[in-house]
Amino acid sequence: MKLTLPLGLLTLIGIHLLFLFCGYIAPYDEAQQDRMAAFAPPTKVHLARSYPYIYVCAWNAHETDSGYDEDCSQKFAVHLFVNGGDSHLFGVASPGRISLFGTDGLGRDQFSRFLFGARLSLFAGILATFLALLLGTLIGMTAGFYGSFVDSTLMRFAELFLALPWIYLLLAVRAFLPLHLSPIQTFFLLVVIIGAIGWARPARLVRGIVLSGKERNFVLAAKNLGASNGYILRRHILPQVYGVVLAQAALLVPQYVLAEITLSFLGLGVGEPAASLGNLLGELQQYHVISSYWWMFLPGIALLLIFFSYFVMANALQRRLKFIAV
Amino acid sequence: MFRITWVRHVFILAVLAAAQSLWAADAAQPVRPGEDVAVSTAESGKFGGRLSIALRSEPKTFNPVTLVDGSSREITGRLHADLLHINRASQQTEPALAKSWKVSKDGLTYTVALRHGIRFSDGVPFDADDVVFSFQVYLDEKVHSPQRDLLVVNDKPIVVKKLDQYTVAFQLAQPYAAAERLFDNIAILPKHLLAKAYEQGKIGESWNISAHPAEMAGLGPFRLKEYLPGQRVTLERNPYYWKTNKEKKRLPYLDEMTFLFVPSEDAQIIRFQSGDTDVISRISADNFALLERDQQSRGLHMVDLGPGLEFNFLFFNLNSVVPKSANTLAAKQQVFRQVAFRQAVSAAIDRDAIIKLVYRGRGTALVTQVTPANKLWRNDKIVLQKRSVDRAKDILRRANFTWKPDGTLLSPSGSPVEFTILSSASNAQRTQMATIIQQDLKDIGITVQVVPMEFRALLDRVFQSHDYEAAVLALGGGDVDPNPQMNVWVEDGSNHMWDLGETKPATPWEAEIDSLMKKQLSTLKVADRKKLYDRVQQLVADNLPLICLASPNILVGAKNKVGNFNPSILDPYVLWNSEELFIR
Repeated sequence: MKLTLPLGLLTLIGIHLLFLFCGYIAPYDEAQQDRMAAFAPPTKVHLARSYPYIYVCAWNAHETDSGYDEDCSQKFAVHLFVNGGDSHLFGVASPGRISLFGTDGLGRDQFSRFLFGARLSLFAGILATFLALLLGTLIGMTAGFYGSFVDSTLMRFAELFLALPWIYLLLAVRAFLPLHLSPIQTFFLLVVIIGAIGWARPARLVRGIVLSGKERNFVLAAKNLGASNGYILRRHILPQVYGVVLAQAALLVPQYVLAEITLSFLGLGVGEPAASLGNLLGELQQYHVISSYWWMFLPGIALLLIFFSYFVMANALQRRLKFIAV
Repeated sequence: MFRITWVRHVFILAVLAAAQSLWAADAAQPVRPGEDVAVSTAESGKFGGRLSIALRSEPKTFNPVTLVDGSSREITGRLHADLLHINRASQQTEPALAKSWKVSKDGLTYTVALRHGIRFSDGVPFDADDVVFSFQVYLDEKVHSPQRDLLVVNDKPIVVKKLDQYTVAFQLAQPYAAAERLFDNIAILPKHLLAKAYEQGKIGESWNISAHPAEMAGLGPFRLKEYLPGQRVTLERNPYYWKTNKEKKRLPYLDEMTFLFVPSEDAQIIRFQSGDTDVISRISADNFALLERDQQSRGLHMVDLGPGLEFNFLFFNLNSVVPKSANTLAAKQQVFRQVAFRQAVSAAIDRDAIIKLVYRGRGTALVTQVTPANKLWRNDKIVLQKRSVDRAKDILRRANFTWKPDGTLLSPSGSPVEFTILSSASNAQRTQMATIIQQDLKDIGITVQVVPMEFRALLDRVFQSHDYEAAVLALGGGDVDPNPQMNVWVEDGSNHMWDLGETKPATPWEAEIDSLMKKQLSTLKVADRKKLYDRVQQLVADNLPLICLASPNILVGAKNKVGNFNPSILDPYVLWNSEELFIR
């Protein structure tokens, strides 16, 4: 039990490092098309005694189930640490192509797209969480600590934001912006919007803790000894809030990643050819993709594992928190 | 006691008699002597049964005069008939409500003899008054019928005169090529039902979707039975229809035809797979492959009809009046207006990849607006050159374009060349096309952004605000003849989408296309028209106002049990012979 937290943390850090260095780990660029291999299934990696290798796949117009045959005349060894133009963790010599997650309708490597897409979606989620928690903590602490008029004004505001139908708000914001935004601009737009709407819930949580925390004896003692409000907030109240904020973070990140996915799924997120998890899962809206190409689900399954790690973390944090409180 | 039973018996008998008479009214009427029926040459089938088909959206109206949407057309097309009809299989005109027609030597007068003794679906006889009334309605400017444009030749409407009860004369202001094709899809209206509404100026509002079926009648194979909003439209047999099978039995074979509203293509595929619908059309190659794979086990018959008349194209905004808000557009247009630039873009596009990736091989690469399906009008001398990045770069170099060291293309004035392509978000195929073009043009140093947007918003930008840089769209052909495309190619045409609302051609080649199209319209000899239209195609291929990309094959399917299933590459692909369809 004691190991859950460090293990979960290590897993998450590992996953995020993987995505952070996706340019190196992914064998191909996210937009690179191989027009001879649309909807090709995951490349089979064969194992010889000393090295793994693959074969080139050729389209056979649905004579086999997948529609692709392996051309066994030539082996292409899978090399580690390749250095051709760009360096990559692994790769095969051209015309061989290794796609661990198969390819999409334009012959783009799904594995590379998954890594690039996950980087964008996860970091959008993390940044949005950071923004929402920063705003939420500030506003919640102010409201809880000063009370009375400040409290009721800020909390009515928070309720207003909680009641806001954010998808419609996003649609409206998107309509005001120029036709085309670069992926970077869209990324920050998503972060700002999701973060700016999401502060209300953490603010209410923090406010509750501050309300009870400011009545504690050591806080009252500090006050009577003449500590300034800023000092008390920083030195005595903030540490009480940390635990809740951290547990919230572990909960909010997957939630906000999901928000990005929803938006891209609706076509409001990052535009083609950039990948995001929402774009990748959006392909599954088409019936023929769902029914014919099972590998298109792989990003979704991988996502499930990431979310699972986050929830394990949140759980462990909460447990730790209770322990401290007791 | 006895009395009550007796009364009950009489009552039951009366109900039975009423039912009998109702049934008799619905059953096909025997052919009366003197009735000029048409005889179908198709295989004789079995009478009875019901055919279901899915529609993407609900009809907006049942009024054939004012309808503009596809769903309404699909339904009303079964309810009404025209004088002369384009046979979807042979692509030739054939007599429909007209028994025969004669063209005067100067090509200005069409004398049409109508069928004798035929009736509307409510049993009222049809004659020349209905024809004259119908054309009066279509030609009335206040009615705003979309068909009016076709019936106005050189700003003068066709004059329609009744010669006797079964003969009508049509007078044209100037010779009009293939004028008999104009009559296709002009539904003949029942004067006895609509004359009053027309006099009151309410013809536009009559026969809307809330109208009662008893208020409507037509000369088509079916008549409206019920409309359940959100669910379906049911048509029933027109017992007075004017076509019979070879055994002199009155068509149609089907008792009923049901249109279900299924909003997405994917849902339509699922309904078709599960057996809820009997025929399907307008499907993508991906879904076609899906259905083809298990056609054996599910008893389906999937048909790839080969190339259709639809052509997809990329075009640039060449409008002379553009919104001030689009501040960079005017500068970019200086590049778009260069023929060399458009030629280079065309040379750099990998059309074969579009066919392979978007249509899974079920399509044809295009060089002009005329697809290979249109054997009669296609200019075979124009050959599509293979994609060549070198050729594209060569064209650009000669037009004083340069490249930055990092490969970015610079216009002659020194600014980087980049633009945004709009595509319809609901059309995955066209967005995919735009993504392929994006990747292709990267090879010659052009940065392209693809912006999928809601279709109506896209049309609004192209046709109203002119606030766009480039777009991918498609035009379908209802007919092989060039005339329906007049509005695309003449300068002031409503579909002249790269430069709208102009009356004076901006360039010599646009002036030439304009005059060629007008000239072919009044040329009667087919060979001469072909020469003129060949030149139009050459001009389009050289100057690329529309950069034609690809044409998808027409992909349709039906259950094996549907008889006389004879799909056509012309719209409506599967229901054009609905009177001959039957369930085995």
